[in-house]
Amino acid sequence: MSTATSSPTTRPLPLTEGSFLQRVVRGAVTPGGAVFILLAVLFVAVVAVNPSFGEPPQLIRFIGRTAPIVIAAMGQYYVIVSGEFDLSMGAVIATQVVIAGNYIGEDESRVLPAIGLMLLIGVVVGLVNGLGTTLLKVPSFIVTLGTMLALGGLVRFLTGGAATGNPVDTFREIGRGGIQDVPVLEVLPYSVIILVAVAAGSVWLMRSPFGRTLIAAGDNPDAATLAGAHVWWIKTRAFILSSLSATVAGILLVGYAGVHPSVGAGYEFQAITAVVLGGVVLGGGRGWVLSAAAGALALELLFSFLNFQEVESTWRNSVQGLIIILAVAVAARAWSLGRRPSSRPAPPAPPSTPARPGTETGDN
Amino acid sequence: MSATAARTPGTPESPRTPSTPDGPGATEPKESARRRRAARPKGARRLDSTALIYLVLVGVVVVSVVLTGIEGRNFFSQGNIWAILTAMSVLGLIAIGQTLVILVGSLDLSVPYVVSLSTLIAAGGMKGLDANVPAAVFNTLVVAAVIGLAMGVLVSVFDVHGFIASLGVGLIVSGYLATNYQGSHGAAAPDLRLMGRSGIASIIPTAFLLLLVAAALVTLVLRYTRLGHHLYAIGGNRDVARMSGVRTALPVISAHVMCSVLVAIAGLLLLSRTGVGSPTIGSQGRYDLLSIAAVVLGGTLLAGGKGSVIGTMGGVAIFAVLDNVMGVMQVNPFLKDFVRGLVIVLAVAVYARRSVVRRPPRFGGTRPVLPGAIAGSTQKGEGA
Repeated sequence: MSTATSSPTTRPLPLTEGSFLQRVVRGAVTPGGAVFILLAVLFVAVVAVNPSFGEPPQLIRFIGRTAPIVIAAMGQYYVIVSGEFDLSMGAVIATQVVIAGNYIGEDESRVLPAIGLMLLIGVVVGLVNGLGTTLLKVPSFIVTLGTMLALGGLVRFLTGGAATGNPVDTFREIGRGGIQDVPVLEVLPYSVIILVAVAAGSVWLMRSPFGRTLIAAGDNPDAATLAGAHVWWIKTRAFILSSLSATVAGILLVGYAGVHPSVGAGYEFQAITAVVLGGVVLGGGRGWVLSAAAGALALELLFSFLNFQEVESTWRNSVQGLIIILAVAVAARAWSLGRRPSSRPAPPAPPSTPARPGTETGDN
Repeated sequence: MSATAARTPGTPESPRTPSTPDGPGATEPKESARRRRAARPKGARRLDSTALIYLVLVGVVVVSVVLTGIEGRNFFSQGNIWAILTAMSVLGLIAIGQTLVILVGSLDLSVPYVVSLSTLIAAGGMKGLDANVPAAVFNTLVVAAVIGLAMGVLVSVFDVHGFIASLGVGLIVSGYLATNYQGSHGAAAPDLRLMGRSGIASIIPTAFLLLLVAAALVTLVLRYTRLGHHLYAIGGNRDVARMSGVRTALPVISAHVMCSVLVAIAGLLLLSRTGVGSPTIGSQGRYDLLSIAAVVLGGTLLAGGKGSVIGTMGGVAIFAVLDNVMGVMQVNPFLKDFVRGLVIVLAVAVYARRSVVRRPPRFGGTRPVLPGAIAGSTQKGEGA
């Protein structure tokens, strides 16, 4: 930023100059890029411990298994990048799972209406969270805490706190099944397809005007307002997207975990951990949606690694805690380094001829 | 958030307690006094949030008295008052600590695990013998202080967001608890258990007196000491506080240490009631989220820099009375959570719009001040 403003000539922003490779390398040292390196390192480590993990069928099953948390993390990303929190995610997942269990039951024809209903409930919860945060000006932490307590309490009250209902198998196939007889992978889980679709949609969304405005609103809501953005509606949409992601995660989880009101418990903090691990800054305005997804994958890989190492599963929490503290402590340094104007004098601005890719050294 | 949030960090004024009335002085110029009046909220909005929270509390109590009466019980019976005050004491101590941390702009999510850990350490150390009490209590408080110190250092020195620092430390502690303790552990000393049952005239439990002492001490610290003023200043805007010559690390660390120690005392109170240390007692109580809710309910800004312990006590009292009346009416425990969530959102919604610092503009007498601009609905006051 500062280099661009200090020289009024057409000096490109550091992140957009240089060849594609240079940009990738430069991106990899930001927290949002470093998570991909972490992911690769963890993958190598897991494969070294357990070679069969690297085989495509195993791998694709692992991705299918982690799809719900990855999708939840991408949903949480929208809210966090706009400078808010969504603690209601776990309760939304529990609600959706219980609805699926009780409304669908053994009735095959109710699958589609049920999905519609669940998405509608997701939108309503997101709308309540968003409007409470933006129009009533209640801190999002409190609003979503309220919806979390209210929804969670309601679901447990209605079910009596026990597993109830059992949705028809066709519905559970969404989370559990897959396309059989795929050449290399043997089976392609539906959850992976949904995950890829959600990821592609998220990338597209974050490149759309909505995504740009969302990041602007998270970075500085006042500046975004003065620039003409309807911040309240942008943020509300972020909450709706978050609840919808939780809904999708809930639909997938029905296949794996069955119907129990405690299914989504802890998902909100795990999603926030994943997002933070992905280098997204709490407080908003910084981070990439796929980094959040990679953060979730890295977290799950780490847990697998610990499993293979036969570390007691009770230490999982401690490792998770250690990881997020380290990630954020490192990221806090890295972002501030990236934003600080370099101490050396900026090289003279290149002449107005556009730099040809590969010829410029760039100041990395 | 958008319009109002900017006002808070933008006005790093002297760290006064929010309850201080800002009446116009006699020597003030006319123009300034006029603007002051224009900026002052009208009608009911003139009440500050502490007064409002106690009005809400009175309302809740009235409703509870009626509901308890319908059940054929007396709300003001000795046993009931005792029960409410006992319920207040644990959450109250935690919420006081949480107030300190939130005031300085941080957050403490490690609370439930520190509570559990302190019951375990204390019970394990006492082993049911009175002679071990001083050492066990000392160890408990020191461990809690070290945990608080770790969080404070992470927040202030390593620039880790308080949410993440405390969540991370909490998770680490929870992993330790889950690995090393499967069930209840140790036993409280008889003296401690006796203290848990003692009180004045069987109305006011000792635990509640402890809470009052803690509240008074923390209020004194916040109002009259340099540390307290620095807490407000840093919570308002850390960068501005630093540039004004405040060393920001020490107050943040002390807030976290004080919070963890208060939480450990709350754990000791719990131990005095249960008699054994339990690795899940904290997370079952949901003390992290409930204490934050109580603090915000009490009118403290979640972003920091404004709030008071007195307000927090009001928030805690509301929760305690609600819980009590739901217990009397035998509400389903799951439905209790539903009601709690509803109350949190509604109560905070009532005054969240107005809990932002209101004060007259200090510069530029030429532009008119719109009263509405402060409520956050229009952007004119901001943009001009």
